[in-house]
Amino acid sequence: MPVAGYELTHLQMLEAEAIHIFREVAAEFERPALLFSGGKDSIVMLRVAEKAFWPAKLPFPLLHIDTGHNFDEVLEFRDRRAAELGARLVVGSVQAAIDAGELTEDTRPGASRNQLQTPVLLDSITDNRFDAVFGGARRDEEKARAKERVYSFRDEFGQWDPKNQRPELWSLYNGRHRPGEHIRVFPLSNWTELDIWRYIAQERLEIPSIYYAHSRETFERDGMLLAVTPLTQPRAGEAVVPRQVRYRTVGDITCTGAVESTAATVDEVIAEVAATRITERGATRADDRVSEAAMEDRKREGYF
Amino acid sequence: MAELLRVATAGSVDDGKSTLIGRLLYDTKSLFSDQLAAVERTSRERGDGYVDLALLTDGLRAEREQGITIDVAYRYFATPRRSFILADTPGHVQYTRNMVTGASTADLALLLVDARKGVVEQTRRHAFLASLLRVPHLVLCVNKMDLVDFDPEVFEKIKEEFRHFAAKLEIVDVTTIPVSALTGDNVVSRSPSTPWYDGSSLLHHLEELHIASDRNLIDVRFPVQWVVRPRSEELHDYRGYAGQVAGGVLKPGDDVIVLPSGLTSRVAGIDTYDGPVEEAFPPMSVTVRLEDDLDVSRGDLIARPNNQPTVGQDLNLMVSWMVDAPLRRRARVGIKHTTRSVRAMVTDICYRVDIDTLHRDETVETLGLNDIGRIALRTTSPLCYDPYRRNRNTGSVLLIDEASGATLGAGMIL
Repeated sequence: MPVAGYELTHLQMLEAEAIHIFREVAAEFERPALLFSGGKDSIVMLRVAEKAFWPAKLPFPLLHIDTGHNFDEVLEFRDRRAAELGARLVVGSVQAAIDAGELTEDTRPGASRNQLQTPVLLDSITDNRFDAVFGGARRDEEKARAKERVYSFRDEFGQWDPKNQRPELWSLYNGRHRPGEHIRVFPLSNWTELDIWRYIAQERLEIPSIYYAHSRETFERDGMLLAVTPLTQPRAGEAVVPRQVRYRTVGDITCTGAVESTAATVDEVIAEVAATRITERGATRADDRVSEAAMEDRKREGYF
Repeated sequence: MAELLRVATAGSVDDGKSTLIGRLLYDTKSLFSDQLAAVERTSRERGDGYVDLALLTDGLRAEREQGITIDVAYRYFATPRRSFILADTPGHVQYTRNMVTGASTADLALLLVDARKGVVEQTRRHAFLASLLRVPHLVLCVNKMDLVDFDPEVFEKIKEEFRHFAAKLEIVDVTTIPVSALTGDNVVSRSPSTPWYDGSSLLHHLEELHIASDRNLIDVRFPVQWVVRPRSEELHDYRGYAGQVAGGVLKPGDDVIVLPSGLTSRVAGIDTYDGPVEEAFPPMSVTVRLEDDLDVSRGDLIARPNNQPTVGQDLNLMVSWMVDAPLRRRARVGIKHTTRSVRAMVTDICYRVDIDTLHRDETVETLGLNDIGRIALRTTSPLCYDPYRRNRNTGSVLLIDEASGATLGAGMIL
């Protein structure tokens, strides 16, 4: 409910802005799709999309790029949520592309399938003729993201050109695009990690269990806590220790680290996030640690 | 829960702007230790004599290599009272385009002057652009007060000088604050060094500023964005008009007119996912149902019969031109206005404003990159608009290149 004097809370304002963006894209593009990974940002994004078109169903399908290295809890959650909404789920599979010989996997120790997501994403976009793809990225996540527009144009190779972006003014979004071009749309651009969690609390959104503290066999590598899984095995000298951990981001198992935590409820997570002094990607994502411009380089190549 | 304040800042490193922003972020605990460590490392590697906080958002390769800010950078911070979105724009080349972009959504413009230099050309330009974009509040931070021994006379002189200049502009609310970004005086809390200053600290001012009255809550304007038709068994008669309220307060039972058709009806209900609402006001995104089955589609505008916008094809605009290729008379452009897209022809280039002197040059025949000027347009079909000064939502347009799709400029309807 609105607060007194025709004022909205900041979550209501962020939500109203995101709903506006969803409706603009649905109205001006032929074939949008929403990237849904089962991660917390895409869960929030999906709820806002639901609100934008309610009481009608989503006017576009969900798209997931599955590296084949996902957490089981997350895939189960993804399928269930799509079924609840009666939404069509399109899955682009990195494993299938490897099996078909379309991609070659880097099998050296420490390699992840992160890079391989990009060609599979671009093929999925081309095969399905998607012209607008919603992503849950936020500007507070990473420096390259901080400069990206809400409507981010990609050429026929899916490339992002940071120096050649359209200025975005007021709430007027210019969606003109040429055949073969598509845009990535980030309705949650102005949300912060804390906003995401507060919205999860406000909306009582279900999120995969790995976002809450649980006990896992873990080991330390490059300053990150990795879980012991069939895909991530400790090397000699890396001691396996059972710890109470949770995940701040949910990506590929091989490059997503956990943080030590006792936060078992949304409110406890909010308290923890509000007090933390390290960014979520800095703490937990090996893929962003490669270099200062790792995210920019991947985005230029067509990454999310 | 806290509300949201959008702030636009402009200026160069010399003003101490990065230091001020860094301090706001740091003192509100919005700066993370890994970010700070990365910035310190890069500054050290580059051989900077200080920690360059601009590196916090200057993340693009070209920016880090050249030590410049290419674009509008968005930073986020929050206090228990409010959340803030800070659109930070560089002070150098392209500053007009970037500052116009940042200011278009801002509730408040934050300008800095160096206490030793006073109001300079850049201050006047930024104040003019804030006024042009009708940012309702302006804060002038007189920075580096520590370097003038916190002399009240220096502060009063600058304050008076700026007030004199601002009187020529249309800035409703100006607040001047003596600060030292480096030492933190009057940034987060009141400084003992300025006993003669009886105003608020910068952060306190940002937290307490009243902004609700800045929105137009009088003229009902509801641009239809999307028609909601569930096409399901149980809802097959449902027809709702989705959009974001652009002005006024709309209630169930209100008589309304749909423009440009002129058909009238009454509001049957206002729906949201979270349940029906009794009032819809800006910037709420809602779905409006009407009592009658009218032909309403995207691009139409719902208003009250006794309070309608102008419906017309001839527009006079102040334009900020954003591309290299100049704007000429008889140019054909695409226009996006609210949820409506039309084509238009430029019928006149009236004048260009010299943004340093505010002088109007009526001899110009074109507008170039970063120019501000007045033009006249004729559109292929009618727009339902208000003057920008009355409503930023229904008074703003984008000018678009029909061939490439590029955004050419931003227009404010007179």
